[in-house]
Amino acid sequence: MKSLAELIAIRDKMQSKVNIRENLGSMRIVVGMATCGIAAGARPVLNAFVEGIAKEGLTDKATVVQTGCIGICQYEPVVEVYEGEEKTTYIKMTAEKVAKVIDQHIKNGKIVTEFTIGAQK
Amino acid sequence: MKELSLNILDIAENSVKAGAANVSLTIRESDTRLTFTVTDDGCGMTADFLARVTDPFCTTRKTRRVGLGLPFLKLMAEQTGGSMAITSRAQTEHPDDHGTTTTAIFCKDHIDCLPLGDIVSTVLTLIQGNPQMNFTFRHELPGGGVVELSTAELRGVLGDGVSLAAPEIILWMREYLTGAYHENQ
Repeated sequence: MKSLAELIAIRDKMQSKVNIRENLGSMRIVVGMATCGIAAGARPVLNAFVEGIAKEGLTDKATVVQTGCIGICQYEPVVEVYEGEEKTTYIKMTAEKVAKVIDQHIKNGKIVTEFTIGAQK
Repeated sequence: MKELSLNILDIAENSVKAGAANVSLTIRESDTRLTFTVTDDGCGMTADFLARVTDPFCTTRKTRRVGLGLPFLKLMAEQTGGSMAITSRAQTEHPDDHGTTTTAIFCKDHIDCLPLGDIVSTVLTLIQGNPQMNFTFRHELPGGGVVELSTAELRGVLGDGVSLAAPEIILWMREYLTGAYHENQ
């Protein structure tokens, strides 16, 4: 069983980094979590991003946020990655695809073209 | 929806949309029944809107003219021999005491009853998306055990400097809840 003491230790470790963090976090990962997204499997996609980012130590680089219906329900689960003005839309996402997006796009800045809406036939 | 916990997530998102500061999710389980209740202090609904709310063509969203969250839940509950009920007080009519309570009852031994599924992920998704909200979760298990989590309590431990949505904190909460379920098995 996890204890609150461990939570306090995590907090102390995070607070020492807070000042650095305010200047970074340039990437925003937005996951659609309306009825359409949830029914199509958005919950494991969101959790894969949150936990993948924590495990890979990318919390200074990217933040994960949720939104409502993006309007393209047939392509859910939909994930949008924002870097400044640039937006990449990934469609029909799964937890397995998330691992690849984190590894190539979030870590190394290389868009995984095959998962984007532009690759849809 | 493949699991009840996904319906629960979908319904709880309505409370978020209603601008609630306090949301509580309670699940009470016996060997044969599962009842869940989502209570919020959001903007609520007028009696007129409440009467139409399980109609799929009644929705607040702007992207299209159908809304399936509550109709889905009603169908899921009723096809197991259970039921769904909503009570609500609109902010426009009751400025000091408003909000919505949604309750759904499922008969677990009915063949059409879906499993509860990954409720821990539902709880974490709600907290991750709304770290500022006071969210209480309580699951009373068939054997008498209880699994609980309160974000107000965790915020008391963490202080203001750390968001509950931080991936490190979400990971801790996952291990905490998974551990609590194991202990109650």
